[in-house]
Parts: sequence; C-alpha cells; structure tokens
Amino acid sequence: MNEHSNKWIGQRTIRPDGADKVTGRAAFGADTTMPGMIWGKVLRSPHAHARIRSIDTSKAESLPGVKAVVTARDIVNFTTDKPFILGIQDMRWMCRNVMAREKVLFHGHPVAAVAAATEEIAAEACKMISVEYEVLPWVIEIEDAIKPDAPILHEFNKLDGKPSNITGKLEHKLGDIAAGFAQAEVIVERSFKTRPVHQGYIEPHACLVSVASDDKTTIWSSSQGQFMVRAMTALLTGLTQSDIRAIPAEIGGGFGGKTIVYLEPLATMLSKKSGRPVKMVMSREEVMRASGPTSGSSSTVKIGATKDGRIVAAHGIYYLQAGALPGSPIRGAAGCSFAPYDIPNVLSQGFDVVSNRSKVVAYRAPGAPIGAYAVECVMDELAVALKMDPLELRLKNAAKQGTKAAHGPVYPRIGFVETLEAARAHPHYKAPLGKHHGRGVASGFWFNAGGESSAQVNITEDGNVVVMTGHPDIGGSRAAIANIAAELIGIDYKSVSVLIGDTATIGYSNMTGGSRVLFASAMVVTQSAEKVITILRARAAKIWNIDPDAVTWEDGAARPAGDNAGKFAPLTLAEIAAKATETGGPIGAGVQLNTTGAEGGFATHICDVEVDVDLGIVRVLRYTAFQDVGKAVHPSYVEGQMQGGVAQGIGWALNEEYIYNRNGQVDNAGFLDYRMPVCSDLPMLDAVMIEIPNPKHPQGVRGVGEVPLVPVMAAIANAIHDALGIRFYSLPMSPPKVLEALDLPRAAE
Amino acid sequence: MAKLHVTTTINGDPVEFLCEPHHTMLDVLRGSLGLTGSKEGCGSGDCGACSVTLDGRLVCSCLMLAAEAEGHQIRTIEGMAEGEMLHPLQQKFLEMAALQCGICTPGMLVAAKALLEHNQEPTETEVRYWLAGNLCRCTGYDKIVRAVLETAAEMRGAAR
Amino acid sequence: MTDIRYLAPRTLDEAVGAFAAAAGAARILAGGTDLLVQMKAGTVSPGLIVDIKKIAEMTTIEETADGGFCIGAAVSGAVLGEHPRFGKVWPGVLEAVNLIGSTQVQGRATAGGNLCNGSPAGDSVPAMIAAGAIVTVQGPKGRRQMSVEAVPAGPGRTNFAPGEILVAFTLPPRPKGSGDAYLRMIPRTEMDIAVVGCGVSLTLEKGICTAARVALGAVAPTVLLVEAAAKALVGTKLDAADLDTAAAACSASCRPIDDKRGTIAYRTKVAGVLLKRTAAIAADRAGKV
Repeated sequence: MNEHSNKWIGQRTIRPDGADKVTGRAAFGADTTMPGMIWGKVLRSPHAHARIRSIDTSKAESLPGVKAVVTARDIVNFTTDKPFILGIQDMRWMCRNVMAREKVLFHGHPVAAVAAATEEIAAEACKMISVEYEVLPWVIEIEDAIKPDAPILHEFNKLDGKPSNITGKLEHKLGDIAAGFAQAEVIVERSFKTRPVHQGYIEPHACLVSVASDDKTTIWSSSQGQFMVRAMTALLTGLTQSDIRAIPAEIGGGFGGKTIVYLEPLATMLSKKSGRPVKMVMSREEVMRASGPTSGSSSTVKIGATKDGRIVAAHGIYYLQAGALPGSPIRGAAGCSFAPYDIPNVLSQGFDVVSNRSKVVAYRAPGAPIGAYAVECVMDELAVALKMDPLELRLKNAAKQGTKAAHGPVYPRIGFVETLEAARAHPHYKAPLGKHHGRGVASGFWFNAGGESSAQVNITEDGNVVVMTGHPDIGGSRAAIANIAAELIGIDYKSVSVLIGDTATIGYSNMTGGSRVLFASAMVVTQSAEKVITILRARAAKIWNIDPDAVTWEDGAARPAGDNAGKFAPLTLAEIAAKATETGGPIGAGVQLNTTGAEGGFATHICDVEVDVDLGIVRVLRYTAFQDVGKAVHPSYVEGQMQGGVAQGIGWALNEEYIYNRNGQVDNAGFLDYRMPVCSDLPMLDAVMIEIPNPKHPQGVRGVGEVPLVPVMAAIANAIHDALGIRFYSLPMSPPKVLEALDLPRAAE
Repeated sequence: MAKLHVTTTINGDPVEFLCEPHHTMLDVLRGSLGLTGSKEGCGSGDCGACSVTLDGRLVCSCLMLAAEAEGHQIRTIEGMAEGEMLHPLQQKFLEMAALQCGICTPGMLVAAKALLEHNQEPTETEVRYWLAGNLCRCTGYDKIVRAVLETAAEMRGAAR
Repeated sequence: MTDIRYLAPRTLDEAVGAFAAAAGAARILAGGTDLLVQMKAGTVSPGLIVDIKKIAEMTTIEETADGGFCIGAAVSGAVLGEHPRFGKVWPGVLEAVNLIGSTQVQGRATAGGNLCNGSPAGDSVPAMIAAGAIVTVQGPKGRRQMSVEAVPAGPGRTNFAPGEILVAFTLPPRPKGSGDAYLRMIPRTEMDIAVVGCGVSLTLEKGICTAARVALGAVAPTVLLVEAAAKALVGTKLDAADLDTAAAACSASCRPIDDKRGTIAYRTKVAGVLLKRTAAIAADRAGKV
C-alpha cells in the first residue's frame, strides 16, 4: 500500500470524458462516418434449426447499389475437431456464431451479409438472397435438450460415446460430501430454475470498418476490448493483426455482452470485397434475437448443517444453457456459489447444455448470480429450519483469511465478515415493516480478475500529464485513473488527461470485464508513474548536478534531500519539463504487465419488498448493498457500480426473461416486452462501501463491478418469502407467477 | 422517389434538409445533419435515448417523421449548453456522477430539462415517472434522480 | 423499397379525399407512436401517409354548451392534460389517455390513434367506453357518429367504412354526483402495455348508484363493455358485496388469451380485482362518503 496524502484518491472528481458525454459530443459505435461509406445488413435465419443446403446470392448481387455480399465461405473456418482457444472463447464456435456454416442453430442466426449504397438497398438485397434449408427439429429448454431423444445440435459432440447436447462439465471438490452430510442434523435440498436474461445495454452493436487495397484495416467499434476485436477479426478474416487498427469507440454499456464480435468480421469482409468503408448497426430486435444473453439454468442445491448452525456439507448441481454453441459460465456458477462460506465438504458441479437459442455471452459476474440465487435461497431456508437469524447463520460460516475455498484458493485478507457485520448493524435491518412487506438478505462472491494491461504516462512540454491505457472505459475508469495519476505525481487532477489508446497506440491490454480494469490499469499506471518520477528526479539531479538518490519527489516537485536538503529551490514538474530536451529528451514511461493478485469480492444485501397480494406485483421498497470494495479510488463510480448491479438484479428477479413462441422464436425481442426496470420501478439504492484494502494491490483495489449483481435475486426471493410465507423456486417472480402461488392452498410452514 | 424539402429550426438555427417520406427525425438528425448526440437505442419509443423537444414538448425523435418538422422548432442535446456554459443539469450530472457509459445521458438530460421547465419543484416520484421513458442500464437511476432533484433545488434558489 | 408519399392537408375534405383515393394503401398519421413502430418493424408499408395535425378541427378541444367535450382525434395526451377543465370533469378518461406510454409518447400519442390502432389493450379505450363517448367519423359518403364500443372489430381492425377518418370524440355532459376512473395492471410501473385495463364511470344520488358503465381492456379480442357489471352496481350503495358481484361479472365476461403479457387465469382474476379498485375510485370522485 502506498501511504499518500490521499489528496485525490477517494475524491469525487469530475470524469475526464464528462463534458463530451453531457453535450452529445462523445462518439459511440454508431456515431462516426467515413468518406465513401456504405451500409451493411445481415440476413438472418428464419428457422430455429436447419441445415443449409445452398445459398444463392446472385440476384442480390445484381441489384443496383449492392457492392458486396458475404457468406460463411468468406469467413475463416475453424474445423470442429480442433479447439482453438482465444481468451475464454473457442474460435470454432465464434466462426459459426458470426455466420452460420453447416447449419443455422437459432432463429436470427446470420446467414449472409450485404453491403450497399443505402441501408434500404442492403435490406432489400438481403430479401433477394435465396437460401435452401432442410428444417430440423429444434429444442429450446434444458430439460428437453438433455432428454435421450432430444434433437442434437452438434453431432460431433459426444457424451459417454453418444451424441449429446451436454457440451461441457466442471467440478469443484473439497473433502467428502457423503461423510459431511452424514454428520448433518438439518439438511435442506431444493431445485431452482432461472430464465436467460439480456445484458440490456442501451447502445446496439455497431461498427465502421475500412479495408484498403493493401489490407490496411481500420475498425471503429463499440466493444469491451479493442484488442479482442483485432484478434478475433484477424482470425475470422485471415488478416494479420498488424494490418488491423481497432479503435475503441465510447461504449454505450456492455456488462459482458460486448466481449465477443458479431459485426466486425462481416463488415471487414464486406469492406475488403467492396473497397469501401462499411458501417453496420444492429437494430434492437437483432440485439435481442442474436446477441448473447446469459444462461437460463436448472440447479439443485443441498446444504447440511449441525443443529448449532455449522455447515458441514454442500452439494450444488448447475445446468446452464450455452445457447447454440458451447460455452456457458458454469465456472462462475459452480465456483462462486459456495465461495462465501467456510465449508469442509463441498461438491459443486456445472454442466454446459446447448440448445437452439442465441449463444450466451458474459453478463456481469457470469454464472455467479445463478449459483448464488440457489445457494442463498437454501441458506435462508436453513436459517428458518435452524431458527437462526439469516445473517447470524452466514456469520457463523463466513469465509475469512485462511479459509480454503472449494474452487481452489486459500483466501488472503478478505472483507466478507465485515459486510455481514455492517448489514447486521445497519438501521435498515431493524426498520419496521408494514403489511405484506418482507425483508430478505443474501450474500455473494465474484473471483475478480487481473491479466494483461499496458499503460503509458507522458509528461507534456508544458508540464502536464497524459496517461494512456488500453481498456475501454465503461463506467468511469478514466476518472479513477486520473485520481491515481494525480495522487502519485502530486499534481492537480485537472493537469492529468486520461485517454484510451487504440491497438496501434498502446500495448496489448485485455478486455474490460471480470471487474479487472481498475485493478489492472492502476497497477500499470502506478508503475509507469513511478518510472516517470524516477526520471524526473534524475533530471532534477542533473540540473542541480547532484546524485539522483539525493532527490526526492514530493507534492509535484523535485526537492534536494539528505545533505543537499534546502540547498536548491524545488523544481516543479513544469520547470523540469521545460528543460527536458537539454537534460536527456522527452519524459515518459510505459509498463506492460500480466497483473496478478486480484482477490475476490464479497457483498451482502438487504432488500425490503411490498407485495400487492391481489395482483401479484412485487415492488422493491428499500435496498441496501454492503460490499468490500478494497479501496474506492473514485467513490461515486464505485457506488454507481453497486447501484447499477442491484438494478439489473431487480429486473432479473422480477420481470426480465426471454419468452419463446411455438416456432422457437423469441417473442419479446424489444424493450417493450423485455421488461427492464424503469426509473419509477426503483427506490433509491443505498450503497455501503466497506474498504478492506487488497494487500496485493498498490492502492488496495478490488474489483467492484460484478459482485453487486450476485446476491440480488436471492435477496428478493427471501424478502418475498418473508412477506408471504411462500418460496419461489424459479425466476422471474412475475405477477402471474406470484398470484398463482398466492391462490394455491398452503400448508403452514 | 421524390425527396421532401423541409424547412425547420434546430437549436435556434434555421435549417433546411431533404428527406425521404419515411425517414424519422432521428434518421435526419443523426444522418444528414450530423447531430449524433441523439441516440438510437430501440427505434420504437421505448428507451428515450433519442429524446428531443418539438416546440418545447418532449418527444422521441424516432417516433416522428422528419417531414413533420416543417415549420416547427426542434431542440436537441447539442443545443442544451449555451456556448461554453453548461446547463445546470449538465453540470450537476457531472458533479454527481449521474452517468456511467453515457449513452442514455443526452436523452436523459433533454427529458430532465423539459421536466424542470414544466415543474420547478418536482418530487422524487414525479421525477421518476417523468423519466420512466428514459432507460438507463448502468446507474440504477439513483444518482440521476438525485442530480435532477438537486438541480431543481439550486435553480429555485438562484431564481429567488 | 416501395414509394411512400407524405401529405399534410389543411382541411378535412382534402384529407378524406386523399385517404379514400389511396384505397387502403394509406395510413393516417396523428401521433405516429404506433404507426412509425409498425413501419419500422415492416408490419405496415403504407403508400401514403396523411398527417392530420394541420387540420384545425382535429387538434382542438372544445367544451360544448351543454357541458360536454369535443376532442379532436389528433389531440395529444399532453395537450389534453393541460386543458384547464377536462381533467376535472373526466378524470378517469384523462388518466387513461395519460397512461399511454412515456412522457415522450404523451407529447405525441392521441386517443384517436389509440382507438384506431385497434388494440384490445389500448388504455384510453375502456375509459372512453365507460364514459359513453361517441366518435364522429368522416368519409367519402359524409359524416356519421358511432359509439366508441362500436369501433373496434378485432385486433388491429375497426368498423370504419373504407375511406373513413376518425375526426373527434364527444363526451356527454356530467350529471351531478358523477365520477370516472381507469386502472390498468402492468408488471412494471410504466412503459408496459396493459395486461388488463378497467374503466368505470358512475353516478351517485344520495349514496345510491343510479347509472354505471364498465369497460375492460385486454381480456378479449376487443375492448368489452361489461353491462352485467354495470347492472350489478346500479341500485346499490357500492358496498363491498356489491363490488364483489360486479367483479365476478367482469371475470365472467373475460375471453382472454395466454400470451407474453399474461395468462388466461391471471387476466380473468385481475379483471375482477381492478373493477373493485376502479369503481371505488370512481365512487369516491362521485362524492361517496
């Protein structure tokens, strides 16, 4: 930990990109043009599952104004027999997701793309492409997909020697659960279902790509990682990475959903073929039909405890929908669900199941909310069975420093206990409740992440600072980085400019995701700033003609130290910068690292609901989130992460779901019937930040973005139980479901 | 297909443009007029990211034909600040971190300004219902509602 | 891309002429909040768009000599809400019109469009039917009047003759002791289409309900005028048992579907719940003590 004055770290400064964003100047994915630009559109599958017999594009190509047509033939084929891993994705599935190859696997799956002089002509041309399909039986739900006679999506995928829709398995094991459950005096076992939910970013996917005749390519797009865009586009088009310059547009929300490419490889091939810059923008309907939601799930969780409330064994089984191609977040579900607790015997199993839905992609703490929903509801039932307060039960079993988690690590200093204690002591936990009101609590964990980051810190000739990093800023990270740079260099925050580089101007940086950005970029910015300070001290030493070790850097100026203390007037950053040329040249430093030491994040939430028992409507009345945030470098944006995650969780719990019709098509592909919370649905969302610094980070940073979504669904389910005495084992807890349960005759619990 | 010639006023400036009859105001703002501050999040009036005012009244520019602008006054996010002076709402959104990704921000600000012109002393509930047509997926609305309430209070104070 | 023409006539005759001449290929543009969405989705591709907002009769609200109101078909929800008297006389109709969409949608959307869109879930329609509103339509064969409940023919369809345009709503004068109300059930607090909507208008004399009209939305292919529910209210003091009877009549009248917005069982039950709540508000406004 740095011991600084904290003049800037922890301050609620104004974000560097703020003025652009409140005046409409900020340029997002769909906001740019290029000379000669034309428009691309995607032809999508009308079937949920069909073999493609043939595609005839000749009519479309002859339509006046059409400049290029691409199909799977124009996209590099990664054969299904050889895995090709890029980050957490497999290019075998990516190439089939951006453009259907042997089969269309979901309604809305891209089949071809057209570039034309106008959007209207491109859309018209799409209609003129004739595709011959052999329609196949399809399957949507997990229960149906794992039946022995289910339609098989990928014949090459085998389980126990037979074709199967189960495309992956994962297991975490600790101790011996049979022995553990044998000791248990109280056991609760329940099964749960959740529906797929979309990240719901307001900005649809968009890109603008220009490929020159020498293959030099510029991609302007909205994503969670310009380097991911470069790598995936290179692999899918056959271009080399050095030919591609991927420029990160401002990103209008991602939440994990913009961690893969959809349009960029298509626009690249359309531009290459047409010789013109090509712009592509998804409609909201396309976003809902063809970009990734997170998995729906089917889980069973069993927890056993002794009568004094000590948990002795836990078993979780999580089946997650992958969508049409393998790769659901079973690691998040199986790994995070029991992670808040110190349990000697754990078995946590995840199963990846494909079906004819759009391929899932990351969504805020991928998989973790699904696991936590099941576990934290069972914990609530266990507390009732044990006649214990639910926070006391959690406190009694809370993981702490030294706890061995089933997913692997032995925890260093963590702040889970502090979140529970803060919740127990908070006035919210004791506030009176009215009729048909209920209160629920739940906890949650996310791994957090480090990984590759690059930074460059340059001193301008006039003595100001430019910091460049390589992660798209999705929620205020530039503001936090500016705080850190100002703090370390000892200058005014306003003297620091923070920019996001493109793939040609900054070194490789992994994606914005996994709650890694500030953790990782603060590390490389800190080390870069330290290098710059070393240079500044050396320059001052040179001017003074003394040893660099005899110069200290304080409050933005070099000062002689030791024997020389007081001999020279301090040299400010501006004074040293003015003499940069004669003292050795430009001043700046960069650092590129694979960062490690991102430690887990924990949260505990309290939620109050009110149920309209005649209509089945649940409203959240009050919500308080307690989270170990490590160090809140910019508290406003930490609170913002917590509030935003809670709001998404409220939507997931109460109303959001993909609804499929009888033809295997999404029936609510728009914001009207995919019901995300609107402003009048929510109360103020109280965020209580608890700062237990991460001992492995220079500023003590822990990731904060994912954890806030993890406990929400269980907290609300537990609050509804408190209000009504009814447990809900499936999401969303929408009005028809709640009213139906209220109308059922009930046995006293 | 004959294009329509439309004469209108945008952010106080006289503007003429040509459009197809089916083009929306948003198409023209973002396209030929280059005013990309208004965003298209849905194209169906459900997200409010394209909010503008038409003769002072808040509307979704995606639900208005460009041809309907003839003879009317349109105001967009680009016309909210006066020169380099931000509108008090813009300033308050910055100070209170009432934005994260920023895609909903232009529409949110245009809608909030219309609210304060209509109601100088809104309650929290009034703010929330007025802004219900402006989706934000990042903030949970908390800081947005607080920023609007605080701006309203400050503007009342300044007017006294 | 098929050619589309846009026309913004100044007179009703001109509008009717162009609309009729296009023989079904034309669409009327009032607020456009349904039409533009349908055009974008490709479910409607009109050859002619007739914008009626430049026609004076279509955009005015007139308080008639007998104390009723005449509301032009192109009057937006926001404009209706700003009328100094209308909301005092017909609070239920106003709240129904003002529930259509967001603030932004209110700036454009009209009760006329809401009715002509033919959705069984349109918010203003049950309130207008409960109010006993009459519409004036004009076509190539002249003007005629019909009750609002006679307009919807089924989802997306109306009983207008070819070439007919909705001109205005006429709401009758209110006897003393009258009140109306509209409630809808939606999963969120705003921005949803009604899962069930309920409009009630009634008159009280010395605590006894002497007249009532009840209409339900989103529980059948068209908005329903539920006469059995009205009968159950008339002659009573609107006590809990009376409301229960009317609620049962509402539920019995439902012929809903299972869809993405609600189930048959849910809609049927909620129709009764809403009747009780809506009637209580209307009675309160009518001066029930």
